Amino acid sequence: MTVGLTHFLILGTILFSLGLYTVFAKRSAIAILMGIELMLNAVNVNLIAFNRYVAPESHIGQIFSVFVIVVAAAEVAVGLALVISIYRDRISTNVDDLDWLKW
Amino acid sequence: MNDMVFATAFYILAGITILSAVGVVFLKNIVHSAFLLALAFFGVAGIYVLLNAEFLAAVQLLVYGGAIAVLIAFGVMLIQRRDMSSSNPDAAWSPLGLGMAVMAMVVFIAAIVLTQFPVTNVAPEFSVEGLARLLLTDYVVAFEAAAVLLLAAMVGAIILAKGAKEA
Repeated sequence: MTVGLTHFLILGTILFSLGLYTVFAKRSAIAILMGIELMLNAVNVNLIAFNRYVAPESHIGQIFSVFVIVVAAAEVAVGLALVISIYRDRISTNVDDLDWLKW
Repeated sequence: MNDMVFATAFYILAGITILSAVGVVFLKNIVHSAFLLALAFFGVAGIYVLLNAEFLAAVQLLVYGGAIAVLIAFGVMLIQRRDMSSSNPDAAWSPLGLGMAVMAMVVFIAAIVLTQFPVTNVAPEFSVEGLARLLLTDYVVAFEAAAVLLLAAMVGAIILAKGAKEA
């Protein structure tokens, strides 16, 4: 069986599920950020695979993934700054300890 | 490209990507997770090359493999002070999370396998020129908005990391 669109989409699905599991199951805020990055990468793989196999004459899928990469860079910068700022106040990055909004 | 070579390259790159992503998720030391995350990003860049997206592969290497991986490694180093050996613990509800992630994966794979996609066999052209033309004509507003977003994120990150009192 030759490698086609389905193979790339399944690769994207596996990456996305691993990222989803990280976000659900980790205590460390930095590990959760890593899971989000894995999910964004999976989305990019899907966008570029569809671009290559369904509409190769346009580049719109690639344009979208450029914007996804921009948003991911902004998100990780602000996210890490938040984590560092929280660590300074609470000496912990464990998401169970971040319960300021709980009554 | 020869089909056989393409398939071999795909399976090697997909294997590297998935194995390092599994390592990111299941290793107990968060420093190892951070470095394997960089390796997973490199694997994804290789996948982009296979999909004729050379420009995106270069951007992936620069932004993810360079900037984001190093930023996360810095975050890990700045925050963890004690023993690193079990610095990436699972939450109490992680079996539930595993169940949900596996369920999502099964549903997505079933949907992908059962769908007929309108695949065409048009040979893709070299991508950078068309990408640049689209970015600076049809998508110029989004392009400028992305630039403003990056500027805002940079200022926000500096102020947050510096601390609200000093800023």
